[in-house]
Amino acid sequence: MKVCANDSSNMQILLPMAPLAACAGSEKELSPPRLAQSFVDGSVAGPSGRIPRVSSALTWCDRWGSIKARWGVGRMHYAVDPGLYALGSPDDGSPVLVTANYKMSFDCLREALPGRDAWLLVLDTEGINVWCAAGKGTFGTEELVRRITASGLKDIVKHRDLILPQLGAPGVSAHLVRKQSGFKVHYGPILARDAAAYLDAGLRATEEMRRKTFPVEERAVLIPIELVATLKPAMIIIPILLLISGFGGEGGFLPNMVRDGIFSVWAFLCAILSGAVLTPLLLPYLPGRAFTTKGIAVGLPIAVALIYAWGGDLHSWRGILFGGAWLLLIPAFSAYLAMNFTGASTYTSLSGVRREMRWALPLEIGAGLSGFAALLVSRFF
Amino acid sequence: MSNMIYLKDVVTLRLDGDKCSGCGMCMEVCPHGVLAIDKKRVRYRNRDACMECGACSRNCPAGAIAVEAGVGCAAAVINGMLNRQSASCGCFVDPNNPSAGKVGGTCCS
Repeated sequence: MKVCANDSSNMQILLPMAPLAACAGSEKELSPPRLAQSFVDGSVAGPSGRIPRVSSALTWCDRWGSIKARWGVGRMHYAVDPGLYALGSPDDGSPVLVTANYKMSFDCLREALPGRDAWLLVLDTEGINVWCAAGKGTFGTEELVRRITASGLKDIVKHRDLILPQLGAPGVSAHLVRKQSGFKVHYGPILARDAAAYLDAGLRATEEMRRKTFPVEERAVLIPIELVATLKPAMIIIPILLLISGFGGEGGFLPNMVRDGIFSVWAFLCAILSGAVLTPLLLPYLPGRAFTTKGIAVGLPIAVALIYAWGGDLHSWRGILFGGAWLLLIPAFSAYLAMNFTGASTYTSLSGVRREMRWALPLEIGAGLSGFAALLVSRFF
Repeated sequence: MSNMIYLKDVVTLRLDGDKCSGCGMCMEVCPHGVLAIDKKRVRYRNRDACMECGACSRNCPAGAIAVEAGVGCAAAVINGMLNRQSASCGCFVDPNNPSAGKVGGTCCS
């Protein structure tokens, strides 16, 4: 088996310049992509040197890299060198497909074109996927024109056609690219997996290929990174919850901590499950349009069920306050996590998110602080 | 996917049908089928489905479409409020300290 050269430990040495190009503006690194990258399996002759060749077959290393990135491991430096690559054995009539230098984007595209010969023009998006990079402008007109020139594309292909992913359009002005480089931009389908059908249809995408949906498998694949994001706050919150539970009451510190502390940790984990797992999975079936509403719609029933299952004494002040605290805290955490899922979703607008946050953020913070206060006060009864 | 529509009447998308040349580029790039063209005039087909990505206005050679483009990401808005860079999602790289990687947020997977 081939040794994984793109393992994160080697990554820093192999790709020292990839994400560092920020801020340099027009002074960006424009050297051709190196042949010494783990996924390059050869090279073809170009007018000014060798052009790295890749295959559409992904190796175990490529897949392992994707899995790690989904869990946030090495995700911010998961990049390939920008520039021109050959897929298979392209000639001067082969199509040119443009993508981002996030390795998962690059892999997605080449995997979707088995047995085809094409040129892949990879833009320097600082290791970020096409859609997000287009939103920031790094997958943009300027970078595209610069990369066309730097790669010497005009001397490599006879035609003047480029195929861009449709989701690159927020960053690229097709008419300006034509004016500045002579190349005509064709917006291909949204998904790389439709690229072959688009090519075969003579650069025509069906209406379906042009619509961004958000099916359950796409929502599910985002859950790991949502969970990883809660990890750091959880490391702080869980010990605090255990500590608070130890104080007050009749029993000693440890029995208290075991009785109420374990429940608190359970309740907190259920809140994360609600906001970061169940809300994304059930998204279209949950009531309300605002994500906060959806997060509450999952969190509140979970809170009620959990408090019911807990079976604490709801006739004592302590029980009422403790139960009430979690009745507030679980929906508050869940709502906050759900609200943050707007960024991962494929259909929320900035204006909409701002409007939602105007009422949602005060509500979440208010419920969170009240719940925490109730939790503290409950220890004095 | 009618159940994947965000808030009503909130987006900043504005059309100027008089400027429209009917080229159809906006319909091609829009990921949510927001626009339609009738007799060389652009019109709304489903305005509330707009996510303000800005693809239509950027690719309109006639300048008939205006939208305040942005990323609908709560984490980015919070980052903006906390003055961590401009309102951007968490996956940007801090130019002053690229090795630190991402600053926060969970989008852009």
